[in-house]
Amino acid sequence: MSTPDEKAPIDPLDEAALDAAVKTALDDIAKAGDLDALKAVRTQHTGDRSALALANRGIGALPGPDKAKAGKLVGPRRGRINQAIAARQTELEAERDARVLAEESVDVTLPVQRTTTGARHPIELVQERIADFFVGLGWEIADGPEVEAEWFNFDALNFGPDHPARQMQDTFYVAGEDGADSNLVLRTHTSPVQARSLLERGVPLYIACPGKTFRTDALDQTHTPVFHQVEGLAVDKGLTMANLVGTLDAFARAMFGPEAKTRLRPAFFPFTEPSAEMDLWFPQKKGGAGWIEWGGCGMVNPNVLRAAGVDPDEYTGFAFGMGIERTLMLRHSIADMHDIVEGDVRFSTQFGTEI
Amino acid sequence: MPLIVKDWLADHVELPADLTAEQLAADLVKVGLEEEAIHGAAVTGPLVVGRVLEMNPEPQKNGKTINWCQVDVGPEHNIDGSRGIVCGAHNFAPGDLVVVSLPGTVLPGPFAIAARKTYGHVSDGMICSTAELGLGDDGAHGIIVLPRDMGFAAEDLTPGQDAIALLGLGDEVLEINVTPDRGYAFSYRGVAREYAHSTGAKFTDRGLATGAEPSATPDGFEVRVQDEAPINGVVGCDRFVTRIVRGIDPSAPTPAWMKHRLEGSGMRSISLAVDITNYVMLDLGQPLHAYDLAQVSAPIVVRRAAVGERLTTLDDADRALDTEDLLITDSPDGAGSRVLGLAGVMGGASSEVSDTTTDVLVEAAHFDQITVARTARRHKLPSEAAKRFERGVDPKLPPVAAQRVVDLLVELGGGTADPAVSDLDSTAEATPQQPIALKVTEPTRLAGVPYTPEQVRSTLEEIGATVEAVAEGVLTVTPPSWRPDLTEPADLVEEVVRIQGYDQVPSVLPSATGGRGLTAEQRTRRSVARALAEAGFVETLSYPFVGTPEYDALGLPADDPRRVSLRLVNPMADDKPLMRSNLLVTLLDTVRRNVSRGLTDLAVYEVGLVTVPATDAPAAPTLPGGVRPTDEQLAALAAAVPDQPRRVAGVLTGKRELAGWWGAGRAAGWEDALAAARLVADRAGADVVVSADTDRMPWHPGRCARLELTDGTVVGYAGELHPKVVEALGLPARAAAFEVDLSVLVAAASTEPVAATPVSAFPAAKEDFAFVVDGGVPAEAVRSAIVAGAGELLEDVALFDVFTGEQVGEGKKSLAYSLRLRAKDRTLSADEVRSVRDAVVESAAAEVGAVLRG
Repeated sequence: MSTPDEKAPIDPLDEAALDAAVKTALDDIAKAGDLDALKAVRTQHTGDRSALALANRGIGALPGPDKAKAGKLVGPRRGRINQAIAARQTELEAERDARVLAEESVDVTLPVQRTTTGARHPIELVQERIADFFVGLGWEIADGPEVEAEWFNFDALNFGPDHPARQMQDTFYVAGEDGADSNLVLRTHTSPVQARSLLERGVPLYIACPGKTFRTDALDQTHTPVFHQVEGLAVDKGLTMANLVGTLDAFARAMFGPEAKTRLRPAFFPFTEPSAEMDLWFPQKKGGAGWIEWGGCGMVNPNVLRAAGVDPDEYTGFAFGMGIERTLMLRHSIADMHDIVEGDVRFSTQFGTEI
Repeated sequence: MPLIVKDWLADHVELPADLTAEQLAADLVKVGLEEEAIHGAAVTGPLVVGRVLEMNPEPQKNGKTINWCQVDVGPEHNIDGSRGIVCGAHNFAPGDLVVVSLPGTVLPGPFAIAARKTYGHVSDGMICSTAELGLGDDGAHGIIVLPRDMGFAAEDLTPGQDAIALLGLGDEVLEINVTPDRGYAFSYRGVAREYAHSTGAKFTDRGLATGAEPSATPDGFEVRVQDEAPINGVVGCDRFVTRIVRGIDPSAPTPAWMKHRLEGSGMRSISLAVDITNYVMLDLGQPLHAYDLAQVSAPIVVRRAAVGERLTTLDDADRALDTEDLLITDSPDGAGSRVLGLAGVMGGASSEVSDTTTDVLVEAAHFDQITVARTARRHKLPSEAAKRFERGVDPKLPPVAAQRVVDLLVELGGGTADPAVSDLDSTAEATPQQPIALKVTEPTRLAGVPYTPEQVRSTLEEIGATVEAVAEGVLTVTPPSWRPDLTEPADLVEEVVRIQGYDQVPSVLPSATGGRGLTAEQRTRRSVARALAEAGFVETLSYPFVGTPEYDALGLPADDPRRVSLRLVNPMADDKPLMRSNLLVTLLDTVRRNVSRGLTDLAVYEVGLVTVPATDAPAAPTLPGGVRPTDEQLAALAAAVPDQPRRVAGVLTGKRELAGWWGAGRAAGWEDALAAARLVADRAGADVVVSADTDRMPWHPGRCARLELTDGTVVGYAGELHPKVVEALGLPARAAAFEVDLSVLVAAASTEPVAATPVSAFPAAKEDFAFVVDGGVPAEAVRSAIVAGAGELLEDVALFDVFTGEQVGEGKKSLAYSLRLRAKDRTLSADEVRSVRDAVVESAAAEVGAVLRG
């Protein structure tokens, strides 16, 4: 770097000297490697004691005609230096910014999850999904108690006290006071909600009831004493078994895709007449597409309507019920009931919050 | 459930020769007889008739003597004229015709037969016993000699003949399920009828009276029905036919064809007389009993048991009888003095036919379904007879079935039918078949299929009903005697739809009346569950069954109301007979399971019902079906069903914020449980107030928050679990938990739409305060004082620092709050802000003794 201070000030009219000073400044500016260096260069070449500042100051001492001439020589040259500094400043700032951003870069593949991820239980999600389907049809969702009066669980549904079907269901009975009968049970199906809804809401009625049910089956790969069902009940004037089939078909498609369909087989349930077992056409069935049992259904038995104060000559209805666990196991290829009931968080976590 | 032997079924209905078990199952399921299982062929491979040519006894070192036999198994199988077979049994002789399983045969077990070296010979197969062929254990483990043991004529047998076909061991056997309404299908007669309905095959009803059945005679064995306690007014026995066959050869064997059919139907062969009664029962559906006539003293009295009476049944169990049990008794010491058996359920040991019985008394009776059902259930005796009677047996069958038994005893046992017959018959009065009035349009109304009146009529006739057209569009239908289940028009509709085919019903989606969507409670339930999941909690489900030790582990005091739990009569596990009174007790078990599987950084929750029994709750009334209860009865039902609120509970263990490259993370604590509980309340839309609770197990007495509604109703608790509970349950230290009552929150939430407050766009003023208060003053009290002092200009208040230390003095703490002030209609002036500040300081000083820190 030159040291103009130590030299005599440049004659403002000495064009060659002025050019030399400009060249020196421009060289220094170009050589400034960072913003700090540029700052020093700026002081040196544009500061009060810089060559051109001193030359500018010398203009005042010149005779009149020379003043103007010198001004035209010095001013533009100072401008060139300032421009060059500004340009270099922009350049160096951009370089610095780029460098800083580069330096700040991180490894985006680092794990970023600082809290555990939550999830819903798929049994609950399936029930909500089913509820959404029926709400979409214009039905309502009904709830009922899990500890239930025997009348609602059996008698209202046409299971007489000695009906063999009452023994088919492996019922949990509730103890009464001092060893007496409480006449309460853990509901063996969601069907008591049929009678409750008919009594509470009257007709016409279109309800679905997903919920928890209980039977004294030991836990194994396909059974659990605490399980879930969804019950459907429609009572209105003019409803037929064809409407039952139509509803089941639409439900099957909603749960299992557009190819799904249902088939009815004659069966027996005390609370429906005619009664049917419902098979589902399951394209993903192991060993090839085929029919699998999905649930029971039928036209509401006149005695059930009577128990709820509904005239069976005026109203007809259909009802159906299927297992939620079975639906979930089919839909998601779950082989072992233990996974569903044990509450291991690794099971729920696979499903997230929607299914 | 019944097993269907094909050639037996063919006695009643024409079957295609090539009918497979699969096809039979498909045909029957169409009319409602569901396949239970298809049992594989019992025996496969070269099972043949053999003639024993030589039999050389060879004593062995172990003391046994084996027979080294040469057996002629036919030219196709013989090697040099016979096969050499080692046999350990001795109950046969050279010249006998036996059954030989040659190498390659697979016997039941499965047990594959191969040539093997034994006792110094190569045994080239096996001479078979009944047990080895799956024909039942005859007790003697002896070799079957076909003419002697199976009733075959020797001249019909040839060495080398296929014994699988001969003994009927090659068929796959279909097992079906019979629903409780169709007792008649518990017989070949009934299944054959159904097969005919399904396929149109020609059916011959062999259960109808032929006219050959004799009427009662004056000298018939005397029977009295003395039912002094009929159930529901129905006399326990409305028909009792007896027949007598004398001079039976007690040693006459059951013929092979009958054995084969019985065994194929899943029934052991016992003795000729018993086998015949079982055979006719399976064939026609009429349970029967054979008594040793010499052991029965007239009259037979059918009566209910007296208090204290006992009976040893055929299964050798000594049973205390119930006064509801209907008994068959005889009269050695006065009428009805000795109990012979439980009517329609099981006979007693004393009068059983034995290997010396020559004269047999045959009983064919009709018993009340409910009487039999209750007795069978009471004594846990689901016998073949009981299964049929409780589902309903054709009351016209007894004389027909009795005649079949007599015929078979005469034919196979060499007996003589005694002309004495008794037939006590009150079926016309007791169980009359009521005609049903059916509108001919009813099947169409229920099924949505346009059946013609002719279809309706002919279908009902096809099932055996008598149909009369009485008026315009109305049929009077008298169901057949074997269908006691048909009592209502809807039952007849099912028959029409079933026989015409369920596949005829079209698919028509009905349009509902239009619903109101989910209820507020249902939407809140979803909101809460979703919010917790989004906050990092994993939803789990647990069984609601608990026992006292679970409550003990929670440290609940002896008088804690949560120990009052509903008790099950028949729990899954004897140590968990109670229904949970709170959710945490079972959720903590889920937590333990996860922790034991190495999953220690947990945040889990459960939404579910708990049971809160009322003290001195009345039992639910027992009411009949088919009738709407009165409002009072419905109120009594409602009062008996215990309160079952829906709760939400959560547990956190380990890290709430995980350790990682960013640092050590943060352990879950009381505040996370409380935050979750508040989140639930917030999502439910209820305002809650938090205060400390120092005495609420299972929580830490210094780290437990009670959440209440503004009216003081307790909503739930949250905080760190008590160290003793953590220790008792083996949980990671400092586990935290909450449980709140969603039902209470939902009830408290406003159902009114939120009235929106306009959002002010004027600038905010921020003011910070640091107050020094006594260490025991709750932050919530300080906050309340600030809010009260700040007035309506306060938009937000946040506690941003809590500090204790020398600078603030012993027993003191500093709480630093940041307030955001804003007016809805103007920019606040410095004076206004200053006056709010002064009011806040004044309020805090007055309410909680706060001093503004310098």
